[in-house]
Amino acid sequence: MLGRSANGIFWLFRYLERAENTARLIEAGFRMALTRDSGAAGEEWGSVLTTLGMRAAYAARHGDDVTGHQVFNFLLRDRDNPASVLAMIELARTNARMVRTGITREVWESVNESWMILRDLLARPVAETRLGLVLDAIRRQATLVRGAMEGTMLRNDIYDFAGIGTFVERADNTARILDVKYYVLLPSLSAVGTSLDNVQWENVLRSVAGERAYRWLNAGQMDPRGIASFLILDRRFPRSLAFCYAELSGHMAYLAHAYGFETEAHEILRAKDERLAGLNIETIFDQGLHQFIGEFLACNHRLAQQIQRDYRFVE
Amino acid sequence: MKQNAAQSSGQSQSQGQSSSIPGYDEMLEADGSVRPAYAGYKQWLDAQAPGLLKRKGIEAEAFFRRTGITFNVYGAADAEERLIPFDSVPRIITAQQWRKLSRGIDQRVRALNAFLHDLYHRQEIVRAGRVPERLLRDNAAYLAQMAGFTPPGGVYTHIVGVDLVRTGEDDFMVLEDNARTPSGVSYMLENRETMMAMFPELFTRVRVRDVSDYPRRLARSLAACAPPAFSGDKPTVAVLTPGIHNSAYYEHAFLADQMGAELVEGSDLKVTGGRVAMRTTRGWQPVDVIYRRVDDEYLDPLSFNPNSVLGVAGIMDVYRAGGITIANAPGTGISDDKAIYSFMPEIVEFYTGEKPILANVPTWRCSEPDALAYVMEHLAELVVKEVHGSGGYGMLIGPTSSKKEIAAFSAKLLARPDNYIAQPTLALSTVPIFTKAGLAPRHVDLRPYVLVSPHGIDITPGGLTRVALKKGSLVVNSSQGGGTKDSWVLDD
Repeated sequence: MLGRSANGIFWLFRYLERAENTARLIEAGFRMALTRDSGAAGEEWGSVLTTLGMRAAYAARHGDDVTGHQVFNFLLRDRDNPASVLAMIELARTNARMVRTGITREVWESVNESWMILRDLLARPVAETRLGLVLDAIRRQATLVRGAMEGTMLRNDIYDFAGIGTFVERADNTARILDVKYYVLLPSLSAVGTSLDNVQWENVLRSVAGERAYRWLNAGQMDPRGIASFLILDRRFPRSLAFCYAELSGHMAYLAHAYGFETEAHEILRAKDERLAGLNIETIFDQGLHQFIGEFLACNHRLAQQIQRDYRFVE
Repeated sequence: MKQNAAQSSGQSQSQGQSSSIPGYDEMLEADGSVRPAYAGYKQWLDAQAPGLLKRKGIEAEAFFRRTGITFNVYGAADAEERLIPFDSVPRIITAQQWRKLSRGIDQRVRALNAFLHDLYHRQEIVRAGRVPERLLRDNAAYLAQMAGFTPPGGVYTHIVGVDLVRTGEDDFMVLEDNARTPSGVSYMLENRETMMAMFPELFTRVRVRDVSDYPRRLARSLAACAPPAFSGDKPTVAVLTPGIHNSAYYEHAFLADQMGAELVEGSDLKVTGGRVAMRTTRGWQPVDVIYRRVDDEYLDPLSFNPNSVLGVAGIMDVYRAGGITIANAPGTGISDDKAIYSFMPEIVEFYTGEKPILANVPTWRCSEPDALAYVMEHLAELVVKEVHGSGGYGMLIGPTSSKKEIAAFSAKLLARPDNYIAQPTLALSTVPIFTKAGLAPRHVDLRPYVLVSPHGIDITPGGLTRVALKKGSLVVNSSQGGGTKDSWVLDD
């Protein structure tokens, strides 16, 4: 396959993943804001912006005025925001058009349809009463694309580059949420057992769609260490760092097998995956959660860069 | 850029609106009875519930939007992607009519290839005095880089679109030959898919010849022209597109997808080790046959336009050394030039030794004094076109022009007569379209697609029918209110 096509499919799935994750973050932020006073709500929306790395871009547009309506419209549809959900869906579609010959008709149509639906839904500013509807549509469309992908795509290198895009992005997203919220998970800094903690913890889980799975696994008991462990190390949870890296390892192994050679990216990945496998939550907390996440994000970025080089995404 | 089905030859037929021209009705006789070609269809149609066609039309549009069958409009940001309107009444050609048409097309395309070979070698036809030398001299479509070189398999025009118009029961004429990069074939294929999805039972009642294997035939035809440097069992074929912003990008992707070929851009390719190679995730891999949808001018910045980023630097050297096949061959534009067009009857006769089966549209070459005198006297009835013009620019449509416009144009014509040709305003045949008020006749043309390989000439039965949707209009161009129809050739 062409290097440019690998690049296109990689970014197609990164953008789709990021659009979906942005919707989940908005949803978690919205719920949190509903349950708290306006000052705390503003803080919550601020932390959503920080997680997405859009604090500065937002400030350039709206100044210090952080309100829910403005924040979610900025994140969903603002023409001045090149990383809005709408912009990402457009970019995803542009990439899908570019790699049209590498994807099935079902995958293409689901991406194209997602773009048509969201373009219409996001044509006007989104009111709070319509927010749920819009977020649902974003999640549903992402699910549709994923389904078309699983059901119709040949399991070849194209499929692997799609998976690599998805899981590089997802790992980055989960790590960012942990990075912004790590203090919530540090027992020493929170008044353990208060209802506020429970709400905060649940919200971290909600922003990665993990609240139900965690409650089910832990019989409803919330504890910060358990949550951190779940999001970082639990290979059963599809948005944990360990899960993402297991998937990445699988896709990279398929590529090495199909192509008959390994690359530098394989070495980076193997080192990281082995390290994750040897860790437990105690060692992470001993090292410092914040530092661990920082290193993880840097390594994830380096891995993505190396894959793009090794497989000649660009000249 | 002579790239877009929707936008190329229709413009040469941009003869404006003139409702005074009724045209041959392909469905109905003068007394309102149904012609044999449409008998089966009309019987089916009359049995359908009212409102069916309207409902199906809405379904078809939604289908096209979802599948992304759109064409891009340059410079229109908000409306970047538009649909070419599709009309659900088919255009029907009988088996007998098609036999004659395909014989004529076969003959004409054979002649075009022989003509190209001759032009780039001994120029016998010029020596014989059948085509004036001045038509080749100073003609930008003639590429000196092709002189003395024979493309792999001896094929110049791997894909040809022959634009036909009809003026009577047996009167089909060639309006234009498209020997560069004819487009629109994806509409031919998708229109059929759409019709079969909308009206499956119709196809069990009327036997229509299949078109769906066109991409396979194209792939086979291209592979049969592999260059001398190819070794192995299956040549690597790639479709070269200018990119996603090109108006016909959908078609480029569609054809690559259907052929199982890579869809490449200039930036994916480079010349290495005497071959043209594409950058793949495993390294550089040689390409054997390149189906380019990029104009000659942009193909190689070293040989042609130095500013082009759409092509591949050095590809012409590789080509001349037998390292790659380029389809269509560079320099084929000299054969579908409007000045050359008027010589096509002589060209066909010169190379095939036969009388042309398909007629040309009568054409006056203004370079000839007698013709010029006639044209000057009849400007109000004629269509006058620039010889090298395309895109409908610089032309006069007599019947729809004011006295003032005609006077201004005649000054230009007299200043440079050899820059113009003139043709009568044709009464194009009509086929009904579905309108709010029911069926109504509209003018049509037809572009069959022809594949050429060393094994022979392969014509897909049917082609693309373009239809002027405005009442009385003769403009089938999609950017000016034209649409398309499924084109049926009936099985015997």
